[in-house]
Amino acid sequence: MTEPLVYELSSPGRIGVALPELDVDPATLPPSLLREDLPLPELSESDVVRHFLRLSQMNFAVDKGFYPLGSCTMKYNPKVNEDAARLPGFAFVHPFQDPETAQGCLALMHQLQVWLCEISGMAAVSLQPSAGAQGELTGVLIIRAYHRARGESDRRRMLIPNSAHGTNPASVAMAGMEAVEVPSDRRGNVDLEALHTLCDGTVAGLMLTNPNTLGLFEENILDVAEAVHSCGGLLYGDGANLNALLGVVRPGDLGFDLMHFNLHKTFSTPHGGGGPGSGPVGVSEKLADFLPAPVVKILEEGGEEEPPLFGLATPDKSIGRMRAFHGNFGILVRAYVYIRMLGAVGLRRVSENAVLNANYLWSLLKDTYTIPYARNCMHEFVAEGRFADAPGIGATDIAKRLIDYGMHPPTVMFPLIVHDALMIEPTETESKQMLDAFADAMKKIAAEARTNPEILHEAPHDAPVGRLDEVRAAKQPVLTRRS
Amino acid sequence: MPFIPNTDAERKEMLRAVGVKKIDDLFADVPQANRFPRLDLPEPASEPEVMAEMRYLAEANSQAQASACFLGAGAYHHFIPAAVDHILQRGEFYTAYTPYQPEVSQGTLQSIFEFQTLIAALTGMEVANASHYDGATAAAEAAILALQQSRGRHRVVMSPVLHPHYRQTVHTYLQGAGVNFTGDETPENYAAFQTRSRVKYLAKCVDESTALVIVQYPSFIGEIEDLTPLAEIAHTAGALLAVVANPIALGLLKSPGEMGADIVLGEGQPLGIPLSYGGPYLGFFATRQSLLHKMSGRIAGETVDAQGRRGYVLTLAAREQHIKRERASSNICTNQALMALAASVYLSLMGNFGLRRVSELCYHHASYAAERLARIPGFQIVSRYPFFHEFVLRCPKSVSEINRHLLDQHEIIGGYDLGQDYPFLANHMLLAFTEMNSRDQIDALFDALSEEAL
Amino acid sequence: MNIPKDLRYTKTDEWIRVEGGAATMGISDYAQSQLSDIVYVEVLPQVGDVLVKGKPVASVESVKAASEVYLPAGGSVIKVNAALSATPELVNKDPYGEGWMVKITLADPAEINSLMDPKTYEAYCAGRQH
Repeated sequence: MTEPLVYELSSPGRIGVALPELDVDPATLPPSLLREDLPLPELSESDVVRHFLRLSQMNFAVDKGFYPLGSCTMKYNPKVNEDAARLPGFAFVHPFQDPETAQGCLALMHQLQVWLCEISGMAAVSLQPSAGAQGELTGVLIIRAYHRARGESDRRRMLIPNSAHGTNPASVAMAGMEAVEVPSDRRGNVDLEALHTLCDGTVAGLMLTNPNTLGLFEENILDVAEAVHSCGGLLYGDGANLNALLGVVRPGDLGFDLMHFNLHKTFSTPHGGGGPGSGPVGVSEKLADFLPAPVVKILEEGGEEEPPLFGLATPDKSIGRMRAFHGNFGILVRAYVYIRMLGAVGLRRVSENAVLNANYLWSLLKDTYTIPYARNCMHEFVAEGRFADAPGIGATDIAKRLIDYGMHPPTVMFPLIVHDALMIEPTETESKQMLDAFADAMKKIAAEARTNPEILHEAPHDAPVGRLDEVRAAKQPVLTRRS
Repeated sequence: MPFIPNTDAERKEMLRAVGVKKIDDLFADVPQANRFPRLDLPEPASEPEVMAEMRYLAEANSQAQASACFLGAGAYHHFIPAAVDHILQRGEFYTAYTPYQPEVSQGTLQSIFEFQTLIAALTGMEVANASHYDGATAAAEAAILALQQSRGRHRVVMSPVLHPHYRQTVHTYLQGAGVNFTGDETPENYAAFQTRSRVKYLAKCVDESTALVIVQYPSFIGEIEDLTPLAEIAHTAGALLAVVANPIALGLLKSPGEMGADIVLGEGQPLGIPLSYGGPYLGFFATRQSLLHKMSGRIAGETVDAQGRRGYVLTLAAREQHIKRERASSNICTNQALMALAASVYLSLMGNFGLRRVSELCYHHASYAAERLARIPGFQIVSRYPFFHEFVLRCPKSVSEINRHLLDQHEIIGGYDLGQDYPFLANHMLLAFTEMNSRDQIDALFDALSEEAL
Repeated sequence: MNIPKDLRYTKTDEWIRVEGGAATMGISDYAQSQLSDIVYVEVLPQVGDVLVKGKPVASVESVKAASEVYLPAGGSVIKVNAALSATPELVNKDPYGEGWMVKITLADPAEINSLMDPKTYEAYCAGRQH
């Protein structure tokens, strides 16, 4: 079922829009500056709508079914968020409008800054970073600037656990620092002894995801924070797994000096097929001056009848600007609505149910799949996608077969410290029935792995396409096509 | 609780299966002293209550659908065909994840592939990626690419009429990289500014230590210049030329690819994406085939499955952070998939005729406006070069006073105060005109500004 | 697992063949099989570059992995394998022959002595069972 490309559907002379006529005298166009050829396709509106509708039908999505991607938090995306973001008073505001003409936007942003501080135990927040990875880079740059401001620019090493997501070391490298790996111990925690050995005056800090990518809460978190602080380093929190901690514990209270949030994970904003996201950064008091510019501040306190006057400000020692304009405001609106609907009690229920759902799944699967680390997990867990008596079957085969059962595979082959990793995160928006159905499918696949491995190797059978030749795509890259 | 389906009864069953008495027991690893803090957040609100609150906040803002908007400077109020948002609202598109399992993500993957094709066509380049967060971060990525590509060069030449936010972002991203920036130092006066904004001057900044030259087309103040001579000089010196291009302008103007650019990037917001107070937007990035392996960001490629059916996958993933980790050239993970989809739908609806028409409307509206506004005593058009849809207007008073008058008396959102970025351009306003600014709106602007005439 | 007897090997899976005062290097059969289908090879140095032992000289990418290749012994570059940019699969097909990467004149032939001989390398590979 191949869907043609827009260029292949093109027919000269077609157009899909009704544009206004020219209502002024045309000015002269300097011919030397004009292009001669504009090779765009020509389609009618119905051609375009049908094409993209058919494309959409080839996608799996949260709105369709179960999507247990570990560390991605594929929770349900509330529709009220979408309506709110589309209000004309949000959607058609220009970022350079005089702040007095955008007080509703600024009030929303300020309130979100305050709420994120409250949730995380941080003292100040910048909403500007546009994605988790950008939040990480922001955090690393803040750490670097902090040490340099104190005359300690020799601190060029950043410690990162071996279970960390690739964006962590990549962000460190982008900031011109050196990523140093810290091993994990047998219980899946940061190896404390190794950490103590590594912590010295050349260390800028430790980047820690808690719970980590194994879905485990750092058992020695207070000792970890102490070790890093006692050598003068800062503790950075990768907030990808915050869905386990809302109303349960605040990273700031555990000793984290700064962290980033993923609004498109924890705070229900949609993933969009791979973006847009939003990665605000929260910091402790001593780092507030280094936040990227601008942040939203109250310029004039309000009174009984008057609301405060909000505006944009540049922190005194700001690391600079991470992008143009203020941040992904449309995404901030969605997160705001979500927090507003749930309140403190709701956010805690989110984490309670997320963690219960994951542990329930764990209890259903632990006798069928090897799940290393004999501890209860948080909001996700990692299983091995392999069986001693089914050689030749790996995590990828299990994942592809799950598609035939109408579900999206979990995260595959990450973290690297587990063989054939299957990282499973159900989230709190899934029902017990769905979890039972998933466990059932996983058990059936485990049986098939022994009795009929071919059906796994050749999966998926019920998808718009089968397994695609990725070698060919990389060796002979075809990245555009007009005919 | 909204969005949480499980009932108390179901939770009881699950707790039994897990083997704990209560949910709190699952958090035993959390240090006791810090467990279950009281969060000072408002009480949960119902859906109608929240929407009422949101409408209240939204109505406190001026916005371009209710007030004529002449503000540009990197984000523009353009016509967004209704079909764009209808497609974006399909749950299969916006609630899907990154297409790591291509068999069930062909919708997203093919739309990315189409986006890449459309951007390459528009910019006159050979390949494009699946997008960056915005134009400014795309510019930073171009600088990173050029520095890594250039074997030891440390110099980046940036035009002073490259958008101030873009220049700041490039500086932020490269603050740890020991880069020598030149070209964008704030000139002392207007004459110096005019000189240093020209291609001729920038060409003189290029030397054997330059890795990259970045210019904007049309420039931040709206002017169009042929970049071909700059490309030649950059290449002779062994440097790359990156052009930050306005995608609507490319409906009319010669593409930077034709002029010799090595990288063409920019802000895709004008392509079917609303202003939304600054984001989410869309950074596009296109380059030559020879730089493909150095380009960061996701890329969709064409291939086949075992039955020979055509399909699409994320490809050349070994460039990216999840594989290369600290050796990756960039940490970028997310692209702006849904915004790229918006742009693909927009460009497909427009086609070459539509985009050209939009571009012409912008150009002619701006020219008409300039002609009229130039006649108001005390106001002067300050652009010696051809401009596309933005120009600089010198005003008899401060821009903020003029804008206050425009808004309070006439419900018009006025232009950008250039004095914020260039001290010698105090009282100078950057005005933008799109297909959404009808003749009537422009005439109303003329009348309103005439009230501020000397 | 092919481990030619006339070569020496590094812990990071490079091989080196000494021919008089010059040497040729590449990555081993073990390395290419770990990477699987190689889709891109970038050989970094230019002829004339003087490099020390351990310097990265190539970047190899497959569909799912990326690897740096390090110079087993220091010297000055006399030739690089230009064929690898168009046909990276040569590294998979013939890692010790047509998949060679860099030829150098050896700065200090004694540096070869600290590298692993074929038997040692074979044991080393066996010990790394996943």
